[in-house]
Amino acid sequence: MIRLWIPLGVILLWALVALLAPVLPLSPNAIDLPHILKPGSLHEGLGYDDLGRPVFDRLLVGAHTSFLVAFAVVSLSLIIGSLLGTIGAYAGGWIDMVLVRVIDVFLAFPGILLAIALAGVMGPGIENVVIALSVVSWVGYARLARAQVLSVKERDHIRAAVAIGIPPPQIIARHLLPLISAPLIVEASFGMASVVIGEAGLSYLGLGVQPPAASWGSMIRDGTRYMLVAPHMVVAPGLALMGVVLSMNLLGDRLRDWLDVKNRSVKETP
Amino acid sequence: MFIRFLISRVLTALAVVFGVVCLVFFLLHLVPGDPVEVMLGESARPADRAALQQALGLDLPLHVQFGHYLANLSQFDLGTSFYSKRPIRDLLLERLPATVELGMAALLVALLLAIPLGILAAVKKETAWDIGATGVALFGVSIPNFWMGPMLILVGALWLGWFPVSGREGIASLVLPALTLGTALAAILSRMIRSALLEVLNEDFMRTARGKGLAERTVILRHGLRNALLPVITLVGLQLGALLSGAVITETVFSWPGIGSLVVEAIHRRDYPVVQATVLCISVSYVALNVLTDLAYARIDPRVRLGSRP
Repeated sequence: MIRLWIPLGVILLWALVALLAPVLPLSPNAIDLPHILKPGSLHEGLGYDDLGRPVFDRLLVGAHTSFLVAFAVVSLSLIIGSLLGTIGAYAGGWIDMVLVRVIDVFLAFPGILLAIALAGVMGPGIENVVIALSVVSWVGYARLARAQVLSVKERDHIRAAVAIGIPPPQIIARHLLPLISAPLIVEASFGMASVVIGEAGLSYLGLGVQPPAASWGSMIRDGTRYMLVAPHMVVAPGLALMGVVLSMNLLGDRLRDWLDVKNRSVKETP
Repeated sequence: MFIRFLISRVLTALAVVFGVVCLVFFLLHLVPGDPVEVMLGESARPADRAALQQALGLDLPLHVQFGHYLANLSQFDLGTSFYSKRPIRDLLLERLPATVELGMAALLVALLLAIPLGILAAVKKETAWDIGATGVALFGVSIPNFWMGPMLILVGALWLGWFPVSGREGIASLVLPALTLGTALAAILSRMIRSALLEVLNEDFMRTARGKGLAERTVILRHGLRNALLPVITLVGLQLGALLSGAVITETVFSWPGIGSLVVEAIHRRDYPVVQATVLCISVSYVALNVLTDLAYARIDPRVRLGSRP
């Protein structure tokens, strides 16, 4: 129970903050010279950064960046990836062969490297971050969806649907996608974690959001230059980032256990 | 049989490498962003712009550029850096030793952390120890390199003063980057070792070893771990690719003069040929590592090549 509710709570809390950040009375870019590099205290929240901007406010606005990118990238790549994977596996033949080759090529790039190169060439900006990370992430969903469809497409109800002449798009939407959604959801929750790290990583390298906009990654980057005098600048966004990523991974773990159990009982009843 | 598996595996890998070459070239050429404008600025004179475009070969049609690129690649000519005007092959060869050194050290760190953690979790399965080890592993994969690195610098270099903040001078400078890069791998490996060890713990030979009165320690280390590590060691190969991409950020954090920091420097200098060549080089090594791992696995475990693998 604890392993489910605590991470879920952490994620929901940050998601709420991310959603409300644009309307909350925050001043993430207000420069307050007397407070430069001042550490946090009970009265002053989490302290101030190298330009005298409040770290707490920037942290909340950073959550907005983080969740916005994560949501956009995961939905984009989930939709594109599972659509392509499903079509490939369902159609078979040369369409599937081309898809498998393309997936193989994309998987030949280690992790975030391609995203770094793409974001670097396209230039900084939140849209480019979303594009770069989506180009990298769709492959995982496509591969998973393809494998899932291959394993269920010979089931009786699908054959029955084909036999009575239901058009393929409808079969895919009504009879295939619901069956393969569970593993895709689990994948998406791990995907959230890696996109959050990915966005922060790009921003850390200076390839993410443009200053003065706040991202947890760019806050860490700014903070590393003042670590000896103002460690709070690095510690605060790092802890927030770790908390969110850890919660997303934990939630993914729980979802996987939970959905696996269900899958097993489905398999046992023929 | 092994020769046939080897040939088919290498041929597939070559096809993938060709796909990687195409993808890198076209993605980096088709995305918005004009290198000439970036290099000269928006206010450059049209004549200068045209001259630079011609000098870089960017005025030719894309398929002609691609043809030249392939022809050069086939002679291991990766082009010339916009920034330093030196052959990119030399730049890469200069940076390679540092990355290999960091990768090896990170692997060592990962094994040193993962083996005890994995054994502990497996032997004390479903106790507080196991849960603790699971927690440590989850933390390990959830801490990004670009935060872990600065935190280690803060504690190990700035507060304690035991290690240098950055750079590559002597063994001491290797410790913090290797720890940063190795932690995530350690987390993944410890989970693998746990499950591999759990599988062999109840084997007959383990009972025999206990039955003949060996100390528990000897049973676990000599009989259990030895058998459990076989699949794990080959899986390490697949994870080395993840190390390569982790190295990009870790090397940047520590100003480690390897291939990873070369990519980031090249991006900031808009040195596109270097970005392209470095991404290609890292991806090809990744493919090569995967093939080697597959082959090693097939060599050790005949079921792989005789089974239904494509």
